[in-house]
Amino acid sequence: MPLLDVRALSKRFGALRAVNEVSFGVEEGEILGLIGPNGSGKSTTFNCIAGLYTPSDGSIMFEGAEIAGLTANRVCHRGIGRTFQIPRPFRNLTLLENVALSAFFGQDRSATRQACWAQAEESLALVGLPTDGRITLDGLGAAALKKLELARALATQPRLLLADESLNGLDHREMEQAADMLGRIRREKGIAIIWVEHIMGVLMRVVDRVVVLDHGEVIFAGTPKAAQENARVIEVYLGTETDA
Amino acid sequence: MQCELDIFFLEAVLNGVLLAGLLALLALGLNLIFGVIDVVWICYAELVMIGMYGINYAYKAGAPFLAAALFGILLVALAGVLLHQLVIRPVLDSAPINQLLVTGGVLFVLQAAATVAFGIDFKTLGIRLGSLNVYDMSFSYSRILTFAVASAAMLLLWLFLSRSYVGIAIRAIAQDRQIMPLMGVDHRNIYLITSGIGGGLAGLAAVLMVVQYDIYPQIGLQFGPLIFMICVLGGLGSMIGGFIAAFLISEFIAVGGSCFATEWGYAIAFLFFMIVMFIRPQGLFGGKA
Repeated sequence: MPLLDVRALSKRFGALRAVNEVSFGVEEGEILGLIGPNGSGKSTTFNCIAGLYTPSDGSIMFEGAEIAGLTANRVCHRGIGRTFQIPRPFRNLTLLENVALSAFFGQDRSATRQACWAQAEESLALVGLPTDGRITLDGLGAAALKKLELARALATQPRLLLADESLNGLDHREMEQAADMLGRIRREKGIAIIWVEHIMGVLMRVVDRVVVLDHGEVIFAGTPKAAQENARVIEVYLGTETDA
Repeated sequence: MQCELDIFFLEAVLNGVLLAGLLALLALGLNLIFGVIDVVWICYAELVMIGMYGINYAYKAGAPFLAAALFGILLVALAGVLLHQLVIRPVLDSAPINQLLVTGGVLFVLQAAATVAFGIDFKTLGIRLGSLNVYDMSFSYSRILTFAVASAAMLLLWLFLSRSYVGIAIRAIAQDRQIMPLMGVDHRNIYLITSGIGGGLAGLAAVLMVVQYDIYPQIGLQFGPLIFMICVLGGLGSMIGGFIAAFLISEFIAVGGSCFATEWGYAIAFLFFMIVMFIRPQGLFGGKA
């Protein structure tokens, strides 16, 4: 049984079918790349899984239980964490408070106060950010804010991480480091990851499989190598994006 | 006019400081609600009035003052939760003017209901604490007690907001309500807790006011506009702004009243408010107008 099993997922906004009968699965400890051109339905699919949107049709099974239609905080409690393409940190909180909030509210509420602070520090350390409780967000660059976003999601102790364009806005060296970091998180914590990205080169190096969306439908599912050789994928996506 | 830098001037300044404690406490509750939920409880002073009546009847029914005070705080905290759940929640996504009007409606409902239920007579607990006399200056013990309790309450709230997880969540949700569910936070619970705390602060203000003021259904009109002006002057939602604005306005009222007449003190305070609104519409510490 896959960790996450998305079956015939559809999401309509009025007459627009943003996602149309999308199906895919994610195994334990797997990194799945979810790719596609702008408007292909990647973010809508993400938002349905994370509980931000209620699916119009279809099923989302996580660890054998239906989560479609659950509120975002309940999805988080079930063990699914999510990052945003554009980091949305709380600038009136310290770095550690930003992450501690996730540690306390995002996981088992029986965790002690000390355990939550420790979890927050561990998450910060895992992404390479300082754990000093006095550090504010002043002066943090794009890469550090991306790391903070990741640390906040990790502090909820997810078994599945939804990483939304984690490389966006980073330079080439930072992209390589971020990709390595996601690979390390998978190895060290055993967390499965769905990684939405449009920067193909780095993504293909780290993911186990890719699912390619176009106009809200799955047009390919398989290995990165097979994706790069698939004519339909090349036509709608790779032909333009990988050359860039 | 008798405005000289003498001991009476100092007395007026210090009485202004003591008055500021109560006004700062009242402004704190309103700012907390606005800062977190983004809704102005225009009926905040009427919640205080409900608390004052609650304490009055509990005390006269034989409860010790501290028990009556606790009853009053819990009563208004509950009223705050009910106000959010029954009135605010249905209009959370409505235009701000609709939210303002609906809490304005609650203001008149509470005033009318209090008039029907309790009559128009002025009620008093009959507790007189006397005055502290230092040289030729006189300070009411009830005002000193009010200042001390209000200061302690503000300190406790600050500790709660800065040290507890719920407090951190309250500060965070004030900045970005949409992302909170993704961190496992149910923002509806945080709103209810915040409403309870805001109501509890109004209840505490009621406790401090029953030993200083008579109770009548329209007492909210005496404080409501003043609290709202302080919050706007400091910057709606800014707790520090409200704190400083409370001291500024209190000094205008106390010193202006001492130099001219009490009514002039209020007139000068409102004039200062208007001037600041012309120059800085978002208030002294506010981010948005």
